[in-house]
Amino acid sequence: MANSESKEYWRWTESRWTNPDLDWKDGDIISAGVDVGSVSTQSVVMVDGELFCYANMRTGSDSPDSANNSMNWALDGTGLPLDKIEYAVGTGYGRVNVPFAKRALTEIACHARGANFMYGPSIRTVLDMGGQDCKAIRCDHRGKVTAFLMNDKCAAGTGRGMEVFADLLQIHINDVGRMSLVDVEPEPVSSTCVVFAKSEAVALLRKGWSKEKVLAAYCGAMAHRVVTLLERLGVENDFAITGGIAKNIGVVSRIEKELKVTAPEPSIDPQLAGAIGGALFGKALVEKARKKA
Amino acid sequence: MKANYGYKDGSGEYYITIDTELCNGCTKCVEACPENVLEVVENEMDPLAEDLVARVSDEHRKKIKYSCAPCKPTTEPRTLPCVQSCEPGAISHSW
Amino acid sequence: MTTIGIDLGAKNTKVVILRDGEILTTASVLSGFDQKASADEAVNNALRNVGIARDEIKYITATGAGMDAITFANDTVTEISANARGITAVFPSVRTVIDVGAEEGRVIRLNENGKVVDFGINEKCAAGAGAFTEAMARALEVDLEKMGEMSLKSTKAVPMNAQCTIFAESEVVSLIHQKTPKEDIIRAVHDAIADRITSMARRVGIEKEVALVGGVANNIGFVDSMTRNLGYDLLVPKDPVVPEFIPAYGAALLAQDELNGG
Ligand code: SF4
Ligand code: SF4
Repeated sequence: MANSESKEYWRWTESRWTNPDLDWKDGDIISAGVDVGSVSTQSVVMVDGELFCYANMRTGSDSPDSANNSMNWALDGTGLPLDKIEYAVGTGYGRVNVPFAKRALTEIACHARGANFMYGPSIRTVLDMGGQDCKAIRCDHRGKVTAFLMNDKCAAGTGRGMEVFADLLQIHINDVGRMSLVDVEPEPVSSTCVVFAKSEAVALLRKGWSKEKVLAAYCGAMAHRVVTLLERLGVENDFAITGGIAKNIGVVSRIEKELKVTAPEPSIDPQLAGAIGGALFGKALVEKARKKA
Repeated sequence: MKANYGYKDGSGEYYITIDTELCNGCTKCVEACPENVLEVVENEMDPLAEDLVARVSDEHRKKIKYSCAPCKPTTEPRTLPCVQSCEPGAISHSW
Repeated sequence: MTTIGIDLGAKNTKVVILRDGEILTTASVLSGFDQKASADEAVNNALRNVGIARDEIKYITATGAGMDAITFANDTVTEISANARGITAVFPSVRTVIDVGAEEGRVIRLNENGKVVDFGINEKCAAGAGAFTEAMARALEVDLEKMGEMSLKSTKAVPMNAQCTIFAESEVVSLIHQKTPKEDIIRAVHDAIADRITSMARRVGIEKEVALVGGVANNIGFVDSMTRNLGYDLLVPKDPVVPEFIPAYGAALLAQDELNGG
């Protein structure tokens, strides 16, 4: 088992965090967002719209368990019991399987809202590159969606596609981006399709290309593909990248170069955008219900 | 809001765009579509609102190129039932 | 009069030697990095089979993805024309040709004279081509050759949701974990690709008779799924050539036509 574990080059690090400056007991509305993705699950708890605690872990085989585990881990040591959360929102691919959520919301709405919180109201374009899909979202100053485009059919341009390459080259997924930053940028691989790109990569390795150069050719192709997708929507500044790939400097830097924009450094783990958006919607929905009452 | 449903893969780009500012939720496209590709539901992109808009159903999003193939013969001039049935002109196709 | 047809495909390079309309021999080698070398090797193997010297060959016509690399060919023709020529020689009544190769699926519609009137191509996405079945065989740890036979033993239709080869690999793995019989998974794999090919065929328009060619046509499970999906019986060439040699055969025939004055 240990042996097969060590072969999983695509594993990333799980994390959790509590805000030391916030006491949940002083809060009015405690809301939560749980983003159950295909690869990772994030739970975020907010007190009156401020980040209180979060956890980010790998999704297990069962969505309800993954949601429960990540929420338990987020709450771990905070003293906040689950039933004190007034409104929890489920989002992401497993959104309907969050046992304690009052409502399931699409990750597109949540990502736009989350990005607005993380990067500020000047954000107009959000590119979310997740484990199994890629989404491009345009939003207004309140984080409300004005246009979106999703691609969850094709593995090209997703984290999964990157994992295939990490596996092929036997490189840890966290190192892929950094390693791909070569001095002389090679021609990107010509196939979009991950299957065909992989055959191309094998041929290039056989031709004597270094792993770094092959990675550069792949990251270049991936960036180009995402850029052509974005063109459908139009890119307006400020532009931010969220999702797992946001941590991949190899892809991010190439997208920025092609679009001639600079994505702001996130102050918070960009993988949390969906869950943060969910928690913020939770708060807004509580306020809406209170207003009605 | 311009909602783009579909995908881009190695073979091309296949998107149905629904302009929710124009869509009035009349369901005429739903009736016109022979493949049950479209549905009218609450606008999920704006959880705080309650208006009804058309969208491409989950089932078809990942195979829209194939679902819509019967409406798009390679030779004869094509008339897409969904686009034609939509009075406000909210639906368009990228391919 | 002796001619050669070469089909330099994404996976294999196939050669047919033709003398006065009769097939003398065929040969196939894996398409290597150096495409011209692969073509040379396949041609030499074929010539050796029948003990013919290279200079006895009057005309060489090349087709396939890598045809331009074959600098020693007298002519090149598209895979569409090569397929059309090859299949009408085997089945003159064919009006629709469905060709599923390793990296591309194609549907060609022919008129009563065997001329191409329309065609559609599914390309550059492995999910619409033979590469899909290959990847699934690998994920299932089943020999590609055994896939056909095994899927015919399936007793239950299981749904396959992923439309992408990469995601389908994970789906297959999770189906295995759920203890779904491999036979049923394989049938789902064949149904999935048959579904995609059929919808492309519908766009082009299907007219009887329908022939199935390309390497995947050897897979009886895929043929079965296609038949079920289309609701037609499909003609699969056997004699004088098997499906994957149809383009090379067609190219050799076109070479002969050329010598006969077009
Ligand atoms: S192009 Fe390749 S990666 Fe994309 S959907 Fe097709 S098989 Fe999957
Ligand atoms: S093109 Fe045809 S199948 Fe596709 S959504 Fe429109 S009416 Fe439906």
